[in-house]
Formats: sequence, structure tokens, C-alpha cells
Amino acid sequence: MKPVNQKAWLLILPVVLCVAFSAILPLMTVVNYSVQDIISPERRVFVGTEWFKSVMRDDDLQGALGRQIVFSLAVLLVEIPLGIALALAMPAKGWRSSAVLVLISISLLIPWNVVGTIWQIFGRSDIGLLGASLKALGIEYSYTGNATHAWLTVLLMDVWHWTPLVALLCFAGLRAIPDAYYQAASIDGASKFAVFRYIQLPKLRGVLMIAVLLRFMDSFMIYTEPFVLTGGGPGNATTFLSQYLTQKAVGQFDLGPAAAFSLIYFLIILLLCFILYNWMQRVGTADKTGAGHG
Amino acid sequence: MARIELDLAHAYKANPQRDEDYALLPLKMSFADGGAYALLGPSGCGKTTMLNIISGLVTPSQGSVKFDGQDVTRLSPQQRNIAQVFQFPVIYDTMTVAENLAFPLKNRGVAPDRIKLRVGQVAEMLELSAQLDQRAAGLAADAKQKISLGRGLVREDVSAVLFDEPLTVIDPHLKWQLRRKLKQIHHELKLTLVYVTHDQVEALTFAEQVVVMTRGRAVQMGSASDLFERPQHTFVGHFIGSPGMNFLPVRGVADGIEVAGHRLAKPRGGRPAAEADMLGVRPEYVTLAAAHDLGAVPATVMQAQDIGTYWLLVTQVAGSESIVRARLSPEQAIPKTGDAVWLAIVGEHTCFYRNEELME
Repeated sequence: MKPVNQKAWLLILPVVLCVAFSAILPLMTVVNYSVQDIISPERRVFVGTEWFKSVMRDDDLQGALGRQIVFSLAVLLVEIPLGIALALAMPAKGWRSSAVLVLISISLLIPWNVVGTIWQIFGRSDIGLLGASLKALGIEYSYTGNATHAWLTVLLMDVWHWTPLVALLCFAGLRAIPDAYYQAASIDGASKFAVFRYIQLPKLRGVLMIAVLLRFMDSFMIYTEPFVLTGGGPGNATTFLSQYLTQKAVGQFDLGPAAAFSLIYFLIILLLCFILYNWMQRVGTADKTGAGHG
Repeated sequence: MARIELDLAHAYKANPQRDEDYALLPLKMSFADGGAYALLGPSGCGKTTMLNIISGLVTPSQGSVKFDGQDVTRLSPQQRNIAQVFQFPVIYDTMTVAENLAFPLKNRGVAPDRIKLRVGQVAEMLELSAQLDQRAAGLAADAKQKISLGRGLVREDVSAVLFDEPLTVIDPHLKWQLRRKLKQIHHELKLTLVYVTHDQVEALTFAEQVVVMTRGRAVQMGSASDLFERPQHTFVGHFIGSPGMNFLPVRGVADGIEVAGHRLAKPRGGRPAAEADMLGVRPEYVTLAAAHDLGAVPATVMQAQDIGTYWLLVTQVAGSESIVRARLSPEQAIPKTGDAVWLAIVGEHTCFYRNEELME
């Protein structure tokens, strides 16, 4: 029998080391914290799954999780259709196309905390364009005082910040559709809607999957922008999961519960991404009879 | 079904000045109702442009397109009621085969029973009946191309079916089957078919009439034997045949013609020969001859190749640069490289050209 060549292990060693130091070891530290009660650097007690049980019963955390899910869903429901609509409306070629691409990408180049600051000023009723305009229209608008206003402002800010990403991905996807498809559709007498429904949307499946996953993960981990804009308020109306986690870990030094919750947080994202991915893989590809495997 | 008349020119650039600016030089052509035509030519000769002008995907910059005498130049592909099959199969990914076939009828508001009937008939004809409920995206390239064709055939009143190199992505052994299917459909439905290809075998086996194109010009329209026997233009001679026609410079002299420095007697019907500047003869019609035979020139064999069913002789005419290729049957004695031979090149199959055009 031919001996198995083990040299390949050497080749993957650099990657294993990098990943070990950058991801696995930090993650293990978190696992370590999550099962101990650290009273002082010298005194620590093994508590098993105690922290996991307690964070699961934490009302504040359940509230934050609920808000987070609603927020991420709202982000997807607004940004994905809006991004597709923008991509469809963008000019396909020539200098206009380049100009629109540059303009639309600007918000993607702004650092997160600056986005928060921009909207904080934008929404102020004394000097902000949005706040002052709404005030002039007679609408009582205050993102610091009114929970609904704060919520809508954070959502609007995220839509403004990230819809261009969805639009760019869709634009690239649309450009990749060969002309013959549009020509065939025109010969088949397809309406504009039919072209969208049966050609463009199915061909965008790949990029939409990337867009949905990226926007879901990012929005589920949103921290900086609401932190700068509302600081999680009023009350805890805009306190999302990562902010709640930071309060626990850095604000109160409850490292055990924070670590336990981090792991749960990680698993939630992983699970939801898995579900989304599988659902999007399958939608629109099943045989109508379910038996047509020839 | 319709008779298609073209009288047009097309340039993709605005204000074309020189011939090179045109994708299609001014041309006049008509396709008879129910005929099978092929547009044959190398890449970039304008054949796809001509097809897209017929279908209405491209509007010609000058002139008109008429279907049965009616001007359709400004009408959309849908209004012209044509069907087109593209180089790469176009299918609707999310639909089943049946839904794909039904799509053009559904868009035109045909009644459901009627759609069902037509889809069934077309699927039967294209041998797709077993796959009707399968998702079209999962099928092989040849089945997908049949679906593309089927979407054209479900409409009974379709004016013409256009094909843009439809067999490019099909496996060689399936190409024959699909081409036979096309001929059969043409035979049954008597549709006007126009088929674009750069493959002469495909064009000559599929079409009744072949239009040979080069650099924006349609140089000849004719049957396979017309193109083979009487190429109207030297390009047709070069392009059709494997290998293409031999061309030798010729000039008229007092008592005959001079080919590559050799004096030959004037052939029958001598006028074209006397005024021609080029002589063309197919390798199939070049034969070995005895020394100083009528219409024969001396040459040296440069290469003798066994091509299986025949031998290909590549020779150089003595005292000149001219190359003459000959196809010889393996039954006869084949000269070897370096041998001196006499080749009969002037006979009833020899054509004479002046400025690239055939002289009659």
C-alpha cells in the first residue's frame, strides 16, 4: 500500500496558527469566562451553566433581543426591495452610470460614528435640516424624547447608510444578465413586470442572498450608530443586543454573564444565517411535481 | 408565415463615410415564404446584424424591411411576430418546461385550453413530452435549446423562425440530431427559417439557399451546388469547400491565356477567359494529366497528405509562387513530395474572375 503523504499538514499550518490566534483562542477565553464567576483576579469559581440560565431569564436581555429581531427584519424589508428598485432605476451604461455609482456609494465610505453624528445633527429641531423642516411643518419630532421617533430615526439612518450596498450588488447582478434574455423576452411578448419576475429576479438570486446575509448580520450586530445618535434611549427604546452586551461587560464588569450571552448571541446569528441561506437556496428552484429528477 | 424583403444598409456609428463604417453595406434581398435560408460568413461579417434587423431587435439606419409587402421597419419583434433562437439557450429558470413553452401564449392572452393543446403538440414534435413538468433550468443544453425553439413554434401564426448560431453549445453528436429535427420541422410546418452560422457544413446541410457574407456584404445567394460550382465572388470560392478553391492569376494573350507564366489554349466560350485576371478551380476538379495535355500546367509536389477518404496534394506551379491543391482519389497512384507532375486546371468546372467577381 502506498504510504499516505502527511506533508500537506505543513502547508495548512500557517492558516491554522493565524486562525487559532485571531479567532479560536479569543473564543475559548469567552467560553472560559462564561462558566466561571470571577470575583477578583485571584479568586474565581466554576459555576457551570449558571450564567447561561440567568441571562436567559434576564428581562432586559429578552427586550433587547426582541427589539433586535424587529429592527433587523425592518432593515431587510425596507433595504432589499429599495435596493432592487434603485438598481433597476440606475442608468446601465455611459457617464451617467459611473456618476450615479459614485454618488450612491458615498454613504458607504463614511465611518460608522460619523454617520451617527451626521444624523444626530440632521435630526436636531433647532439646527438640523430634518428636525427643523419637520418642526416647520408642525410635526413634534424628537428622537431623544419620543421612543417611536428614535426608532424610526435609527431605521432611517441605517436605510440611508446601507441601501446603496444592496443597490450596488443588484446593479452588478443585473449587468451580468446576457442581452439575449431581454431579446427573447421581447420576442415572447413579456411585459416589464414579467421580465422582472421571470428573468431579473431569478438571476439576482445569488447577489440577493449575499445582500440579505450581509445586511442581516450587520444589522443584527449594529452598535455604533444608535450609540452615537440616541445612546440607546429614550429609556432603552433603541438599546440593541450589542449595546446591551457592552453595558454588561464594560459598564458593569459582569464578565461571566456577558461571556455567556456573547456565545448565545453568536449561536443566534449562526442559526438565523443558516436558516436564511437554506431558505434562499431553495426558493424558486423546486420542481413543480416534486418527482421530476430525470 | 411571410415573404421577407430587405432593401437596406446599417451602420452602428452615426454618419458612416467609408465602407468600413458600415456593419451592412447597402443590399437588396428577399427570402421566399416557407424557405430555409442560411446566412454564412466569418465572425464580424454582419450576419447577426442582418438577423437582428429581420427580427426587429436592430432598426436599420437606412432602408426598409418588408414582410409580405408590408413595411415593418419600425415594428418591434413582438409586433412582427417572429421567433428567434439564440446562440446560448435562453430559458426561464424558475419555470417548468411546460410553463416555458406556454409563456409566449400566456403573454398574448390565449385561452388556457388552447395553450395546453399547443404546448402538448409542440412538446410532442420536439420530443419534450416526458420532461414537461420538470424545471427547465436542470436540463442539458440541447433540451434547453429545444425549449427556446419550442417557444417560437407554439405560436401558429409566427412569421419566421430565426436562428443565431443555435448549435454552438451543443455536443457534436447531438448537433446532427437537432439539425435533423429542424429540417423535419421545416418540412412539416413550412415555416420561413433563417439560420446564421459560420460553419459551412451546417449551412449547406440545413438550408435550401445559402447567403454568403463577408465584411458587411452579401456576396452570393444560392444553393449548395451553386456555391460550389459557380462561386460569384472569390471569397465564396475561398470560404466554401475544404480546402477552398484554387486561385491563379491569368491573363489573355493572342492565341490563348497565360496562367502563372504558362501558355494554355483558350477554353471553350473564350471571352471571359480572355478578359479575366484570376482563374478559379476547385481541388476536386484538379486532375493529374500527361505532360503538355490541354489545359494542364507543370508543378512540383510540396506535400502529399492522406486525409482518409482522399489524398490532398499541395503543389507549386513551376516557375511561379502559385499553389494548387488537388483532391485525389486513393485508388490512383499518388505522386510523392518533390515529384514533378502535370495538373489539368482548365476545364468545364473552371471559373474566371475579374476584380474578384465571376465572369459569365
